[in-house]
Amino acid sequence: MEIVSYIFMTIGGIFFLLGGLGVLRMPDTFNRIQAGTKATTLGAFSTLIGVMFSNPSWIAKLIIIIVFVAITNPIGSSVIAKATYNSKNIPDNLVQDDLKERGEDNDSI
Amino acid sequence: MNIIVFSLMGLGILFAVIRMIVGPKLSDRVVSLDTVNMIVIGVIAVLATVLKNAMYLDVALIYAVLAFLETIVFARYLEGKKDGNS
Repeated sequence: MEIVSYIFMTIGGIFFLLGGLGVLRMPDTFNRIQAGTKATTLGAFSTLIGVMFSNPSWIAKLIIIIVFVAITNPIGSSVIAKATYNSKNIPDNLVQDDLKERGEDNDSI
Repeated sequence: MNIIVFSLMGLGILFAVIRMIVGPKLSDRVVSLDTVNMIVIGVIAVLATVLKNAMYLDVALIYAVLAFLETIVFARYLEGKKDGNS
């Protein structure tokens, strides 16, 4: 049980490391949002599952944290991406810009 | 064994904090702040295992709530600035 717990925690730590490295190395803001949010979501899942294998009596609190992270982290990344688009911080080499083609006034989040 | 997990998470926090210091635009800093908050949630959860105290999971849950509100508030602030500099 301890071995499985450490394996899950190490996988989570590797994903956290890759998330930080992606935030450091990616070229523009939207790529950084992808790297920094998706990798850390999976890292948090894996780490909390490792804690769950280590102490099975803490399963209720850990499930609450996992569900909260699964709901709020994609919402946060979407809100940051919309705010970045609306603050006119758009890279020059975009291939497609659907929000511009729709021609709506994107003032609200 | 725990030192490996803490080292990986600490390196992730270090890379994200470097991006927070260097980052040319304000939105890069908000993204790296979100990343640091998620890694700190994982660090608190592993710390609960090391210290064998379930109270740290409550700390992690409250930290997750505050990190979400922080991200939303900084994104609203970012939307008010139309140039997106600094």
